[in-house]
This record gives sequence, structure tokens and C-alpha cells, in this order.
Amino acid sequence: MKKTTALVLSAALFLCLILSGCGYEYAELDLRSEFSRELAGTTLTVYNWGEYISDGSEGSIDVNREFEKLTGIKVNYLTFESNETMYSQIKNGGVNYDIIIPSDYMIERLIREDMLAKIDTSTLSNYDLIEKKYKNVYFDPENEYSVPYNVGLVGVIYNSAQIGEVEPSWKSLWNEKYKDMALNFDNPRDAFMTAQMILGQDLNTTNPDDWEAAAELLKKGKANLQAYVMDEVYGKMETGEASIAPYYAGDYLTMAETNPDLKFYYPTEGTNIFMDSVCVMKNARNYEAAIMYINFLLEPDIATANAEYIGYASPNTAVINNEDYCYYQNEILYPDEEDTPPVQYYHDIDDEIRKKYEMLWIDIKLY
Amino acid sequence: MKALARLYVALIIFFLYAPVLVMIFFSFNESSSVWVFTGFSFDWYTGLATDVTMLNALKHTLIVAVLSAVISTVLGTAAAVGITALRNKFSKKIIMSVTQIPMMNADIVTGISLMLLFIFIGKLLGLRESLGFLTVLTAHITFNLPYVILSVLPKLRQTDASLREAALDLGCTPLQAFFKVIMPAISTGIITGFIMAFTLSLDDFVISYFTCGHYQTLPIIIYNMTKKSVTPDTYALSTIIFACVFALLIMYNMLQTKSESKKAAKAQP
Repeated sequence: MKKTTALVLSAALFLCLILSGCGYEYAELDLRSEFSRELAGTTLTVYNWGEYISDGSEGSIDVNREFEKLTGIKVNYLTFESNETMYSQIKNGGVNYDIIIPSDYMIERLIREDMLAKIDTSTLSNYDLIEKKYKNVYFDPENEYSVPYNVGLVGVIYNSAQIGEVEPSWKSLWNEKYKDMALNFDNPRDAFMTAQMILGQDLNTTNPDDWEAAAELLKKGKANLQAYVMDEVYGKMETGEASIAPYYAGDYLTMAETNPDLKFYYPTEGTNIFMDSVCVMKNARNYEAAIMYINFLLEPDIATANAEYIGYASPNTAVINNEDYCYYQNEILYPDEEDTPPVQYYHDIDDEIRKKYEMLWIDIKLY
Repeated sequence: MKALARLYVALIIFFLYAPVLVMIFFSFNESSSVWVFTGFSFDWYTGLATDVTMLNALKHTLIVAVLSAVISTVLGTAAAVGITALRNKFSKKIIMSVTQIPMMNADIVTGISLMLLFIFIGKLLGLRESLGFLTVLTAHITFNLPYVILSVLPKLRQTDASLREAALDLGCTPLQAFFKVIMPAISTGIITGFIMAFTLSLDDFVISYFTCGHYQTLPIIIYNMTKKSVTPDTYALSTIIFACVFALLIMYNMLQTKSESKKAAKAQP
């Protein structure tokens, strides 16, 4: 009996070993830069968000496999689901990573804690492709530590078939017309953002009274909400279970593919902008390969494949100006100057304020 | 009354299997939405073949599950034999409770404390990287052990102690006595322990999460998709795993009935 079990298991194992070797056809890449093979045989460890790279599904380019074929470097690709789990993983010291892709405020913290290696952008022959307005951002004013990977704005998604036209404001989430049909973020920073925008606050305010005021507003709005959600928002909006919800612009495009009744707006009060950038760890073991990988991510073909797969806005001009790009001149991902609301980045907030708003958040959830 | 009883059973089975059936249903969905069914297709199954990240994670999961189940079965059986042989009742009791505590312990406590231990040892040894395949394997063996011990112990208690003595009398060495007499008698307990260990290791998330380092297993990869949304090829993969486990169970049951009828046939004349 044990023999049969072992047999079946080894058969399954064998099957997946075979499967992982086939089924993917390498793309013909039109490369802008040269990639040497002098580091062939070494390994590069990449730590990225889940579902955040083109992986060869549905005929797309498998970025990691193309890189392996081109340079002979083996990519050890790992994922995380939030900046905070990524931080605890690199902080507790049990593991080494070469490349990580955190968001803005986390990069600010990592630079302050001296955990990132400097990147000499003059060695990146594709760096000139990065759009100017995404360079010299607050967390890395000299472009020393990070190379932009994705950017995005938060907006509001609503179901036009159910509730018609909506006033383009954050206040719509508080509108009693949409009682029990509205959703909000299930994490303190983003949920507070929606209230802070209505109150006209700085998102990174260090004044405790501001946070108290925002918490009051959120409490008031809770009666109107169906739920606080994160990725459940996809299901609730696509099926029409909820009618109005704040989420990332890129994710709206995915939802609208399933449910064409879904519409989107940027609230006039302003909104949060995020940027996820590629960084190299200070204790990286394969620094040279990491630089090569970053340059590869900037390649027009690769960056386009990633932008199409992920669905967020790309900071790469070779993508933005590519007419074959499926979101070419998409007005939601790339709004014009006049359609862009005032935006604010999150900053790394000091512990005292963080504790303050986390306490307030618990209070709101229990309210 | 009978109808009510049937309904009750039907309801139980429904609640047990409905989630799995829904998942299987959506694995054949045409669009990438995991909520709205738009049409029938095998796309997610064929797409799975190119998803290196997922297949790699599956490979990791299976390797850890098989190895940890085998090792913990061997260790656990040996431990159970040792515990039964203990004469001193007091020390027996102490050892029994010590083996049971890890079972009662919350996974998150086990996970974090193992992680701290591994990092501490890694630092002592001066390793650059303390978490990885070996640590996740060790962790899985650790939490599997008590289950194996607990499924083997009752079988040992049921076996007549004089069996072993008889074997020794008839010229077996102690080792032979164990493999020829004791092991066949407790084999069902060993197999149950093995299967328990295998399934526990297969779906463990919390402990792996803290101890795996670069060696990410399937549950972790799926969890990490939740910032965007979980894609239906996860459903396809889960459906395949479910089908395999189901087939395995059916085979196991068939073999068991066969060997039982064989035994019955032998006993008849």
C-alpha cells in the first residue's frame, strides 16, 4: 500500500517536473541594450509582489525565463503580499535577497535604515526611458536607490447600471443614497486617506487631532458601508453585489473587462499616488546581475509585457508611447494634466502616529 | 425518521463538498474573473503548464510533504515503540504529555519560535542565510511527529506483548522480531500516521510561512496573490490535486478491501 502511495506521488512529482519544462515558447525580443553572458551560472534572487510580473500565461512573455535564456543567470523568484511582510522578512535576517520591489514609503524607511545598495543609474543604459516626472521623487530625490517599476492612483469604481451617474467626490462613499452598497478599504492607511481627502488634510499629517477628525468621519460613514474589503472588491463589484468602491485604477480595468457597467472617476478632492520601484539590497550577493536585471526590466518589450500583464501605469516612455500597447493612451491609467486630481504620496510615518491611527482604526472597526 | 436521517447525511456531504465543487466549476471558466462564469474552457489547465512560479511551488510542497511524512513516520514509529517499552509509568506520562504539547500549541507560536531558533542557530554557525529547504523540512517533521506517535501508540497497545517474546524464543533477533512480527501488526497505524503527516504538511501555511525563507511552498504563493486577485489557474491546480488525492483514497480503500478479503479467504479453510 505504501508502495502505491509512493508511486502515485512520485508520478505526480515527475509530471510537474516535466510540465515546468515545456509549454512556453520564447519570444523574439527586440533588445535595445546589450546583455553579456559573463555572469552565466550565477543565481539572482528577486522578491516581488504576487502577480506582479508577466509570467508567460495567455501567450505573454515570461520575463524571468527570457532573462535566464539571455544571460544564463538563474532567477530565484519569490513573492510577498504586502510591504510590511516583505519588511519583516528582510529585517529578521534569515534570508538574503538581491532585488526587492517595495512601494514609496517603504523605500523611504529602507533608505533611512541603510538597507539598500546604491544604484549608479549611468550604468543602466535603458534608464533614459524613465519618464521625467517619475524621477527625483521624494523618497529618493537623487535617484540613488530605486528605479520606478509601476505607478498608480486610487480612484472610485461604481456600477452605472445600478446607481447611474455619481458625483466625482470621495463624499459619494458617504452618500446615503448608496446605503449598504458602498465599500471601503480594509486597511487603515487607505481608509483614512478617503476621509482625509474630504477634510482636506495632508495624508502624512503628524497632528493627532487630524487623525481623530478623520476617524470621526469614518465612523459616521460606517453605517453607509456594506463592508471593508481588500481583494474581495473584485467579486463584489463584478457581480454587482456592491455598487461603489474605492480601488486602484489599474484593477478597475480588469474588473471592467468582466462587467462593462462599471465606471470610474478620480475624486476632485485629490487622491493617493503610489510608486513601486526596483531596489537592490545592501547585502545582495549578486549585485552585478541585479543591475543587469533592472536594465532588462526597462527594455521596451519587457516593460510593455509587464505593463499589460499587471495593468498599472508604467513609468517607462517606451511603453507609454508604444501604439501597440493595449492601454495606449488609456485615459484612466494616463489621465491628461487637467483630468489628473491633485495627488499625494504616502510617507513613512513615525511610530507614534502609526500607533495612534492603528488604535483609531480598531476603534472604527469595532464601532 | 429515516428520511430525516438521510437528509441530514445529504446536508453534511453537501457542505463538505460544495466549496470544492464550486472551485472545480470555476476552474473551467473562460474569463479571468473568479466570480462571474462567462463560458467553458480548458485555458487555465493549459496555462498552468507555463506557470513556472506555481509549478515550482507545487514541487516544493510535494518534496517537503513526502520527505517530512516519511521521516516523521520512521521517527514517530520508533518513538512509539520506545514509549510502550518504558516500564516507569511516571516517565511514560511525562514523555506522553511532552509529545502532545506541540499539537495543542497554536501554529503561529510554533512557527515563530521555530523561526527564531533557526535564525539563532544560523547566526551561531555564521551562515549568511539560515532559512531555506532544510528549515522548512525540519519544521514540518517537528509538527508531524506527535500525530504519527499518537496513531501508532494505540496499535502497539493492542498488540499482545507476548508476540514479540514468542518471536524471540523462536530465534528472531530483536530487530527481526520488530520487522517480522510487530510491524505487520501495527501497519495500519503506521499508514494512518503517514497519511496524516502527508496531508498536514501539504496544507500547512502558518509554520511554512515563517520558516521557508526562499523555499516558498504552494499555500504561500497563493496567499501572496491576494493583493491583486487569485487567478483561476490556482483553481485548476487545486482541482488536479483534489482529483489525485481522491484517486489515491479510492485506490487505498480498494487495496484494503482486497487484502481483507484475502485474509478472510485464508482464514476460511
